[in-house]
Amino acid sequence: MESAGMDWTAIQTVVWTLVKILALVVPLMLGVAYLTYAERKIIGWMQVRIGPNRVGFQGLLQPIADAVKLLMKEIIIPSGASRGLFILGPILAIAPALAAWAVIPFTDTLVLANIDAGLLYVMAITSMGVYGVIIAGWASNSKYAFLGAMRSAAQIVSYEIAMGFALVGVLMAAQSLNLSDIVRGQAGGAHHWYFIPLFPLFLVYLISGVAETNRAPFDVAEGESEIVAGFHVEYSGMAFAVFFLAEYANMILVAALTTLMFLGGWLSPVTFLPDGIVWWLLKTGFVLFLFLWFRATFPRYRYDQIMRLGWKVFIPITLVWIVVVGGMMQTPYGYLFH
Amino acid sequence: MTYTTAIFYFFAAILVFAGLRVITARNPVHAALYLVLAFFTAAGLWMLLEAEFLAIALVLVYVGAVMVLFLFVVMMLDINLEKLREGFWDYLPLAGFVAVLLVIEMALILGSRHFGLAVMGAPTPHAAGYSNTKELGRVLYTEYVYAFELAAVILLVAIVAAIALTLRRRKDSKYLDPAEQVKVRRNDRLRIIKMQATQKPEAGEGGA
Repeated sequence: MESAGMDWTAIQTVVWTLVKILALVVPLMLGVAYLTYAERKIIGWMQVRIGPNRVGFQGLLQPIADAVKLLMKEIIIPSGASRGLFILGPILAIAPALAAWAVIPFTDTLVLANIDAGLLYVMAITSMGVYGVIIAGWASNSKYAFLGAMRSAAQIVSYEIAMGFALVGVLMAAQSLNLSDIVRGQAGGAHHWYFIPLFPLFLVYLISGVAETNRAPFDVAEGESEIVAGFHVEYSGMAFAVFFLAEYANMILVAALTTLMFLGGWLSPVTFLPDGIVWWLLKTGFVLFLFLWFRATFPRYRYDQIMRLGWKVFIPITLVWIVVVGGMMQTPYGYLFH
Repeated sequence: MTYTTAIFYFFAAILVFAGLRVITARNPVHAALYLVLAFFTAAGLWMLLEAEFLAIALVLVYVGAVMVLFLFVVMMLDINLEKLREGFWDYLPLAGFVAVLLVIEMALILGSRHFGLAVMGAPTPHAAGYSNTKELGRVLYTEYVYAFELAAVILLVAIVAAIALTLRRRKDSKYLDPAEQVKVRRNDRLRIIKMQATQKPEAGEGGA
């Protein structure tokens, strides 16, 4: 480190890290593309429709066709818009959705950055995601977009508190902020996973996750029946697609975090089968399926109901359960909560 | 110049620039966004100091929550810049005096006499297993537990006071009791009756 000029090892580290980031982001983007396909197919089946089936075998090339279409389209910037911020909006939406993936472990060893305070990092980075929505809504200079942005800001700030408290329960049980250590704390079969002792927190986290990603039934920020398309009403082409990518990347992220913190991550549910990334993928896929299922099942919440659920139901539940976990840990039955 | 030093100067330059733009940007929303950038960059600098918990907490609390609410309010304001700048020259002497005083005070304390490398020295890097968060938590709940609890109580009082001061029940606002809504059953709202699909029109009333 004492040599003049840039260190050769530092440059090497940077290049190697960039390669690893690429190896993470490319599959993630493919996952996002095929999540949209899965969503349209699954919701189609749930509603006794066929879903996309024209482009490629069984419509498998539909996401590619959509991507090409959006790339070709013109990005229209409204004349009254704040130009720089209008372009910054989608960037600020997708950057946190991707940056948070840096600390997500896939197996015991496969993780980009195994940092000590991984859980805190994820919380801090995901809390930045709301800026994309707010800035887009404000910079569009349109009342529908602005209403969507205001709704989103209030909603995300409200549910972040419940989400944070749910995570406090997890870190009490795991006694670590490191995501890999949290998974290791759940070793020993499905009955050791944290969703059993922390069941109320698991539910709160899952539902808050749906609200945080602005998914149905919490999608009042878009609310097409009331405010056209909410914050991204003025966006077209790739700028719109980036918001879309961010939403789905966030969905996968919340599903992955739920898997890591409550469902044992890459650990196998039974001890006689080996652990591995397959379990991680299966569990994350299951949580993602829940997201799609919610969307096909529930009607949109009314705004005051969203606020009531966040502040008057979820936050008290999490506070009570944190006290329960803390209290139980002092009793001989404390091992149930570890 | 080592890698770390280069990063420090890069972040420091952004921080100073963002700080300047906070007070020079004409649009209050732009100013608030520059403040967000300043917070985020400051968190990066703290990270360089191995104060990871404080750095992440700065992003989590100030960028993720406080500034969102701040923007929320600033975006709703209908600010007339002309009116805002009206008394600029009248206030300049007083404001300048305060500013100079602040600079002198800071120079007295933060000068190299008290904060120079000779006095403070660069912090020794910690071993790989060192957890800043854990250390902070341990110190906070053992050595400084009374001060910590006191601060928590003061904050709680402030929260309760803020709510108590602004809470007023309006008589004319329409209010739905969620419990009543949840208790509603199908039979309260809906009546299913059996009737024939077609009915003979009665004489004198005419058709449908």
